[in-house]
Amino acid sequence: MRNALGSVDTVLLLGGRSEIGLAIVERLVRDGASRVMLAARGGAAPTEELRKLGAEVHVVDFDAARPETHAALIEHAAATLGDLDVVIPAFGVLGRQAVYDDDPVAAARDVAVNFGGHVSAGLAAARRLREQGHGTLVVLSSVAGVRVRKANFVYGSAKAGLDGFAQGLADSLHGTHSPRSSGARVVVVRPGFVIGRMTEGMTPAPMSVTVDAVADAVIDALRSGRQMVWVPGRLRFVFAVMRILPRALWRRLPR
Amino acid sequence: MTVLTGWGRTAPTPARLARPRSADEAAALIKEASRRGVVARGLGRSYGDAAQNAGGLVLDCTALTPSWAHDPNTGLVTASAGMSLHDLMAELVPRGWFVPVTPGTRYVTVGGAVAADVHGKNHHVDSSFGAHVRSLTLLTADGATRVLGPDDELFWATVGGMGLTGVIVEATFACVPIETSRMRVDVERTRDLDQTLDVMTATDDRYRYTVAWIDLLARGGRMGRSVLTRGDHARLDDLPSRMRRDPLRFAPRPRLSAPPWVPGGLLNRASIGAFNAVWYGKAPRARRGVVQGIAPFFHPLDGVGHWNRMYGSRGFVQYQFVVPFGAEDTLRRVVERLSGAGVVSFLTVLKRFGEGTPGMLSFPMPGWTLALDIPAVQSGLAGMLTELDGWVAAAGGRVYLAKDSRMSAAVMAATYPRLEEWRAIRRRIDPHGVFHSDLARRLCL
Repeated sequence: MRNALGSVDTVLLLGGRSEIGLAIVERLVRDGASRVMLAARGGAAPTEELRKLGAEVHVVDFDAARPETHAALIEHAAATLGDLDVVIPAFGVLGRQAVYDDDPVAAARDVAVNFGGHVSAGLAAARRLREQGHGTLVVLSSVAGVRVRKANFVYGSAKAGLDGFAQGLADSLHGTHSPRSSGARVVVVRPGFVIGRMTEGMTPAPMSVTVDAVADAVIDALRSGRQMVWVPGRLRFVFAVMRILPRALWRRLPR
Repeated sequence: MTVLTGWGRTAPTPARLARPRSADEAAALIKEASRRGVVARGLGRSYGDAAQNAGGLVLDCTALTPSWAHDPNTGLVTASAGMSLHDLMAELVPRGWFVPVTPGTRYVTVGGAVAADVHGKNHHVDSSFGAHVRSLTLLTADGATRVLGPDDELFWATVGGMGLTGVIVEATFACVPIETSRMRVDVERTRDLDQTLDVMTATDDRYRYTVAWIDLLARGGRMGRSVLTRGDHARLDDLPSRMRRDPLRFAPRPRLSAPPWVPGGLLNRASIGAFNAVWYGKAPRARRGVVQGIAPFFHPLDGVGHWNRMYGSRGFVQYQFVVPFGAEDTLRRVVERLSGAGVVSFLTVLKRFGEGTPGMLSFPMPGWTLALDIPAVQSGLAGMLTELDGWVAAAGGRVYLAKDSRMSAAVMAATYPRLEEWRAIRRRIDPHGVFHSDLARRLCL
């Protein structure tokens, strides 16, 4: 249960090797979370650091590309951890647009993970949160989905879909007024370019951020109850402009 | 679904709220409860999440067949669990009787008083509410209604058991005869914490009711300066002649009420600091034999309805712990830490506890208890209270469940030595875990 000052007991990380995901989990554990489940492909995820911090850590096999397994995984997590206080689907693949252009099948496969996998995992988690009457789903969207760019439009369009899904789910869980509120909520995170393992070898975009900065922003939102987080915060204003930029100009932007 | 919080208005969760009017109705509701379970709720005066049950069922017990009976020969009162101490006092006081224990508010139910094993200003001589209960009627998970007495294990698992053994339907407890509805009160100021502890240790036992209000914002040499308020039920001779005509009159003034929406941050360091300075400043250095009504003496905050709203929408946290006698150093360290951190607490109260009850999860033990209210927005609060939990646990003390909204399960297990024994009884009486609450989930009870 989330306590009066915003600390939680349990965390489920889907994509148990995700750098951002693990950074968020580590902060939650430092803040008092005592039971963690890392769900990762092949059932392998780094547990040592979290155990050193005193958490009880469970690792399970999880395949984002197999949506038919997601509901069972959420039930298993709830049976193991108890009520799920924070669920973080942090899995995803970032392929190069040039490769996707030549391999449409690979593109579709990655979109199935980046969007479809989040839909099945997100809905399964939401069903559980709704039943238990509390809990937060953290959705890692991206500014890449706010307005899709030609340089990475396969990845960007999957994120656009995910962003829309997350907002719709958030509204559905919120209900129209308080008596219908489910008690569960969704935090949508829109980072800019994140310098980390996923973007290794790529030139950082302007206003790029670190993994730690993203994790800090998520923790902040979990405490304050904010539903939408831009990292860094000023990207919100940048994209307010980007979104209405005439298309002729938008497609001429360098990246 | 109704969104519920405790009195501190933190961590809201939705639940289905039902209002059974009889034990039979309650039993029917319990039978059809989902796997999220059920918990009883009274007037919602627990500060944290004790009477919340996210996604499950909450039984508002204030409508349970309101009935009470009093035997003037034995002083025993039998009251339905949903009855408030306020309503009970309105009946008993004019007849010359008083409840055995009252907490800082009259707006708690009899069921809540038992479930939290509440204490009052007379703890050092009279122990807590459970010590005066002669029998309880408990509706358990199997739908049965059990009448329990102090010889039953389940009785002491229920007293202080936070509603997790079943729904308390009725209680019989011993009341206290009084000659008047007034209190004869001595007020004095102390200059620092050492003097406060000395005076209380030396002379508390002369009074039935005692409490010290500490000015937590005073620092340095004045740290721990307090106003001691101690008194007894006034005898007829103590009253001025005009009051003797109607010595048992009990008519608390109609209440003001805080508006439903108050901006956050109204109670801040400046306003609370000013209040504390005035409160200390206006108290006489020493005044004896002041005649006061029951309401202003026991329940000063009841004068403002919904006073919890004054903390704004983010709410507040109440922190109350006890450390055994001999651990005065820990108490001093805590006061220093709070005072040094500039914690703003509207009312900080220090009290000497006497003997506890055999309640397995009951809070009081012989020692010192300190209670404070802190706005939940205060920065660094979570970390500091966790640190204090550690000191309290190391000194052999513990934190009060009816006030708690943020303790960890590990601290709970370390500081309530009879938790395992209580769990075993709960498993036996409620093997499927029908009775459940947010507090129980948070603390892994």
